[in-house]
Amino acid sequence: MNEHDKRIPQTVPIQSATFSNPINAEIRRAAATGIYDIRGGGAKRKVPHFDDLLFLGASISRYPLEGYREKCDTSVTLGTRFAKNPIKLDIPITIAGMSFGALSAQAKEALGRGASAAGTSTTTGDGGMTEEERGHSKTLVYQYLPSRYGMNPDDLRRADAIEIVVGQGAKPGGGGMLLGQKISDRVAEMRTLPKGIDQRSACRHPDWTGPDDLEIKILELREITGWRVPIYVKVGGTRPYYDTALAVKAGADVVVLDGMQGGTAATQDVFIENVGLPTLACIRPAVRALQDLGMHREVQLIVSGGIRTGADVAKAMALGADAVAIGTAALIALGDNDPKWEAEYQKLGTTTGAYDDWHEGRDPAGITTQDPELAARLDPVEAGRRLRNYLKVMTLEAQTIARACGHNHLHNLEPEDLCALTMEAAAMAQIPLAGTDWYPGKPGTGY
Amino acid sequence: MQKIDLATQTLREMNATLQAQKDQTNATQWDIENPRGAHAIAVGLDAPIEVTVRGSTGYYCAGMNKQATVHVTGSAGPGVAENMMSGTVIIDGDASQYAGATGRGGLLVIKGNAASRCGISMKGIDIVVQGNIGHMSAFMGQAGNLVVCGDAGDALGDSLYEARLFVRGSVKSLGADCVEKEVRPEHLEILRDLLERAGIDAKPEEFRRYGSARKLYNFDVDNAAAY
Ligand SMILES: Cc1cc2nc3c(=O)[nH]c(=O)nc-3n(C[C@H](O)[C@H](O)[C@H](O)COP(=O)(O)O)c2cc1C
Repeated sequence: MNEHDKRIPQTVPIQSATFSNPINAEIRRAAATGIYDIRGGGAKRKVPHFDDLLFLGASISRYPLEGYREKCDTSVTLGTRFAKNPIKLDIPITIAGMSFGALSAQAKEALGRGASAAGTSTTTGDGGMTEEERGHSKTLVYQYLPSRYGMNPDDLRRADAIEIVVGQGAKPGGGGMLLGQKISDRVAEMRTLPKGIDQRSACRHPDWTGPDDLEIKILELREITGWRVPIYVKVGGTRPYYDTALAVKAGADVVVLDGMQGGTAATQDVFIENVGLPTLACIRPAVRALQDLGMHREVQLIVSGGIRTGADVAKAMALGADAVAIGTAALIALGDNDPKWEAEYQKLGTTTGAYDDWHEGRDPAGITTQDPELAARLDPVEAGRRLRNYLKVMTLEAQTIARACGHNHLHNLEPEDLCALTMEAAAMAQIPLAGTDWYPGKPGTGY
Repeated sequence: MQKIDLATQTLREMNATLQAQKDQTNATQWDIENPRGAHAIAVGLDAPIEVTVRGSTGYYCAGMNKQATVHVTGSAGPGVAENMMSGTVIIDGDASQYAGATGRGGLLVIKGNAASRCGISMKGIDIVVQGNIGHMSAFMGQAGNLVVCGDAGDALGDSLYEARLFVRGSVKSLGADCVEKEVRPEHLEILRDLLERAGIDAKPEEFRRYGSARKLYNFDVDNAAAY
């Protein structure tokens, strides 16, 4: 018997599922710094999502439309309820609100260019309206946020729609944050703040609380803008049934509903990962609220939070949304997290695809920064073209699916076109589990 | 003098008429009768006109005002002169919560008292209150001056940025990061000017000044208790 054979068998080292390496690293980081982790992006944990739904496609009982021959309309009109000038978009994919400050002026310009070329709208953010984005955006939605940075009646009147932001999916109930590194002279001036300080945006509006006040606030904004433009109300996904109903009651033309995967420029990681509902779980309750009020399609629903492909667009619409909004995906199309910057991501202690320290303003791709040298790396014309291409591809993908399901308009997609791959997705989206006619909680099934 | 009677005309007609006035208008004097607490009276104005509201108003009277002088002879509901850009708003009576919220310019004069959150998130507006103000006033105030001839409630100037606060009477408590500061000659000058423009007879020397300690401007774990 040699030495080796005499050794007692060892257990293999087992990592704890509870105290995993990322968790332990975070404990050490917290212990060293005394501050919570702040980052950009949306929830990274896996939650039930559009990937857990499939389309059924046509069969004997439904016939498909010819892929390249038969028309499948993609247009959408937003703000038909009260606005004199509703917005008409060629495609139902809009660009979500992202602030100048969080993003460079070049990035904002690129978003405007790409959206306009694709026939859709873009949205300002927590920092006011810049000339770059107004100039390059055919249709621009102006956000009305708790911080009211840069808010003024002239910009309100030159906006094509107003979006009252109550919350965001990444941080429902939370305010905004822009760390000192990103408060350049221009950002400071637009926000009426000293340069270089950490800037906190309030978590709720300074001059209204609750749905009754909101109704009066909407009245005021309509009076200031002569009832011309649509007024959207944006909420983070938490209580989608009631929030949608209350927004309708308060007089919204459009409800924007943002699930927990939705991106943010900078928020505490603990907030991003632990607060809010997955996008998939938000849509049906919101649609039900609209239906209960007889307002489905009359008040339009825009869904956001983790929309990446034409399939996601089609699924959101099949569940009842009128349109979707994208943030993170648009930034990736511009060039965010591109492998060509890998060497620089490594220097920042991260890697392509994982870079989320957007708040630090050192973005190698020049998108989430105010550093003039980094920002100059992004060519707004080229980046705008990439965004346009991407929007076109998503639209084509959604059309492909809609035609295969026999629909000549994306709005004709319906829940009956879908099945669910998992019990969770079936329950949240109220879509039958694949191969069955059942989903958990389905009324009348005894479950 | 032009008259608009809200007993017979709609809010929309009134605002549209006032908003249509241009810089060179000859119709500079407007009387609004029977406001009866209506919301959003005289909002979004942008001409050097004088509007007198004969009575009391609801929410957001004179919201986002530019250039115009709006005079309310009664009291004003929440958010009077919210986000005002320029011009003057005068309230003869009391003002409810959030008076002058997020205002970026111009002068708001409240002859009575103002409720809580007066000057919340103020961004350059000047506010002069002849009476007292409620709690959490000037919360996150970024710029401008808040002058209070009476007393201030709890948590004055909480999380203050660069707005200047002047109080003649007592301050129930100061909010996080708000401290009393020395009154220097330039502050007496600001006070003299604002009191005079507000038509209030008070001596600048009687006021104390409060401002930001600037300790919360960049996160420091040793200040965590204040967050
Ligand atoms: C960089 C960045 C900045 C953002 N800034 C704002 C903002 O100023 N206001 C706002 O309502 N939402 C903001 N959001 C959230 C987006 O409007 C949108 O809700 C979200 O990005 C949608 O989810 P997605 O990123 O998965 O597409 C921001 C998101 C990102 C990624």
